[in-house]
Amino acid sequence: MGFFSKLKEKFTQQVDKVTEIVSEKVNSVVEKAAETLKIDRLKDGLAKTRKSFVDKFKMVLGAGRKIDEKLLDEIEEILITADIGVNTTEEIIEKVRKRVKKEGYEDAEDVYKLLKEEIHEILLKSPSANNDAIYHIDESDKPKVIMVIGVNGVGKTTTIGKLAYNYKKAGKEVLIGAADTFRAAANEQLEIWAERAGVGIIQQLQGADPAAVAFDTLKSAIANKKDVVIIDTAGRLHNKANLMAELEKISRVMKKLKPTAPDEVFLVLDATTGQNAINQAKEFMKSAPISGIVLTKLDGTAKGGVVIPIANELKIPVRYIGVGEKIDDLQLFDPSYFIEALFGLDDEVDEEDEGKME
Amino acid sequence: MFESLQEKLEGALKRFRGQSVISEENVSEALKEIRRALLEADVNLNVVKKFVDDVREKAIGTEVKGKLMPDQLIVKIVHDELVELLGSKTAELTLSPQPPTIIMVAGLQGSGKTTFCAKLARNLRKKGRQPLLVACDVHRPAAILQLQQLAQQVKIPVYTEDTKDAVSIAKNALAYSKKFGRDIIIVDTAGRLTIDEEMMQEVRNIYDAVKPTETLFVCDAMIGQDAVTTAKAFHDLLSLTGIVLTKLDGDTRGGAALSVLNVVGKPIKFVGTGEKLEALEPFHPERIASRILGMGDILTLVEKAEQQIDEEQAKKLEEKIRKNQFTFVDFLDQLKTIQKMGSLKDLLGLIPGMDKQLRNVNIDDKAFKKVEAMILSMTLQERNQPKIINGSRRQRIARGSGTTVQDVNRLLKQFEEMQKMMKMVTQNKRSRFLPKLPGFSK
Repeated sequence: MGFFSKLKEKFTQQVDKVTEIVSEKVNSVVEKAAETLKIDRLKDGLAKTRKSFVDKFKMVLGAGRKIDEKLLDEIEEILITADIGVNTTEEIIEKVRKRVKKEGYEDAEDVYKLLKEEIHEILLKSPSANNDAIYHIDESDKPKVIMVIGVNGVGKTTTIGKLAYNYKKAGKEVLIGAADTFRAAANEQLEIWAERAGVGIIQQLQGADPAAVAFDTLKSAIANKKDVVIIDTAGRLHNKANLMAELEKISRVMKKLKPTAPDEVFLVLDATTGQNAINQAKEFMKSAPISGIVLTKLDGTAKGGVVIPIANELKIPVRYIGVGEKIDDLQLFDPSYFIEALFGLDDEVDEEDEGKME
Repeated sequence: MFESLQEKLEGALKRFRGQSVISEENVSEALKEIRRALLEADVNLNVVKKFVDDVREKAIGTEVKGKLMPDQLIVKIVHDELVELLGSKTAELTLSPQPPTIIMVAGLQGSGKTTFCAKLARNLRKKGRQPLLVACDVHRPAAILQLQQLAQQVKIPVYTEDTKDAVSIAKNALAYSKKFGRDIIIVDTAGRLTIDEEMMQEVRNIYDAVKPTETLFVCDAMIGQDAVTTAKAFHDLLSLTGIVLTKLDGDTRGGAALSVLNVVGKPIKFVGTGEKLEALEPFHPERIASRILGMGDILTLVEKAEQQIDEEQAKKLEEKIRKNQFTFVDFLDQLKTIQKMGSLKDLLGLIPGMDKQLRNVNIDDKAFKKVEAMILSMTLQERNQPKIINGSRRQRIARGSGTTVQDVNRLLKQFEEMQKMMKMVTQNKRSRFLPKLPGFSK
């Protein structure tokens, strides 16, 4: 090999290396930016929530204060007012207390960090940490069937509209099945959302058999090679045996066309709901294999803290959060972001919030 | 999860059996349990704190007398206090002396406003009124259509306009009602979050435009700690005159009732107990108090039973039980009566002290059908004299009812046990547990 060709080779290697480094740098910047954007969006949605939470914490964890039982009591109260529930709150406090003793923390400010870590761990223990693959659909597994369930008035229909929009935006072909054949005007409401999202919808007359609607939808989706099927169901209180049996029937009938259906079952929970949400999740689990929770109406003053005991006791991951009434207001849930947004003490954002609130 | 407060208190106060006066010392553990029970029932923390302090004050120094144990006494004090807070009697709707009465309905999204409006309209028409529904939810997709469809079921007119201006709809509806002689107008508004200033202003504008006789806040019974914030925001803006608690047919403890009442200071006027339009009931403070405390709701149960069992029938039955003549014929009657009363699981939840043993038992109402089928496959003679049911008869019954001989055996055995139990009960040997119902072994 001649001198020049050697030089050329070396040069090429260098260039490649530089390109690699540069592109890595660029990527990381882009990723960071995307991440910030995501946090900001979520923070925006949770601004109110975070505000009251953080304010309370600031009051309790003021500078110079030492950790004592009274402080822990006050923190316990803050957690309870966030609907985290007595049991899980006590668990968290107990863990913090142990760590304070073992790791020798003294300042009240340290408790904040401990709390964040402990709650984070609860949310991480549940599989909600793994939300990345949600828009990915295996070619061989098409169509992915998502069934959406929940009690009355939690926002199932709205969630489906937003979910369909998200999938559509991710380049997927979506078909919605209007299996809420009970509530007055449920069909029409879903139709409007399907139109907004620009996706197809299968429906029958009010009072039709919901399982038949689900079956038709899936059949049509298979015939037309759709990527995703989203089945809306009527709101039902979880203590009504016959209505829960209906849910089982919907799943059973769909299995005739696709043995794995429904591939995902999302339980929609209203963030304003209190401890009853745990009963809801428990009961719905008996009738459908819930694969994730969608927490709606988080843009209000409610904190949605009840997902923490649900993640703690039932190990059901939170998949999405709804932070507004617009079609693009359904976001992937990420425990880190959620806690960051809930606990974030970053002053810059705080000032912004204050501006907004006044 | 649903362990009743009474049971917890029994544990907390066991040590103090026999003490004659409730003291700071023996009550502190119990108060902790009460605090916990209220929080688990979603009563707001601040409301709980105040409540527990009040109870402490009332309880300390109270003499333990009569048959009540200290735990029972405290539960009684708590219960009475709760009932008092919840309003000691049922509140009626205020009607304007000069028609039309204007009822405005407001609340968060998904609390059940539209359904409530239709229920209320139906309820008022039953009382001879001429209600008009007004569709002012111009925001949610298909909300107007929903109200129209519900109203159509009960044949009540709905006033709508093809505009996004809810205030003008409300105003025009008022004029319309005067022209067409409707004496009550019910204004359905869009659900809104209290931080949405624009939407809150809209509801205020509607309020100013129609000056309602009643402004009702519709609240989901399952709402958590945030109930207070929400109720306060609506009350500050609209000076509410009453509260409607919806979805109370779920298994929520409904502590929100206490929180919201505490903030608004106005009575709960209605509760929603189902998706059907007739499922609207007046509010009974007693019942919610028991429910919040996880004590069951014996009053509702009694009332339900009263509706279904006529007295004569009941007397005959009692007689039969006393004479140990309770047969499958009677049992079949009983089953039918119970079925009329609603789902068995709901009923069991209403019985105090039953929660713990039965809450986890998944009672399937289909089990009734099975038992019914077995009894219906018996001859009349067999029903009256179960003793004659031998092996071959059992086989026939099983075949006839699509069950197995084991099922029949179980039913017969449990029926026999039940007869014994019933005899015991009527002989005044009080049993803490209800007799096992045949066919529901688990």
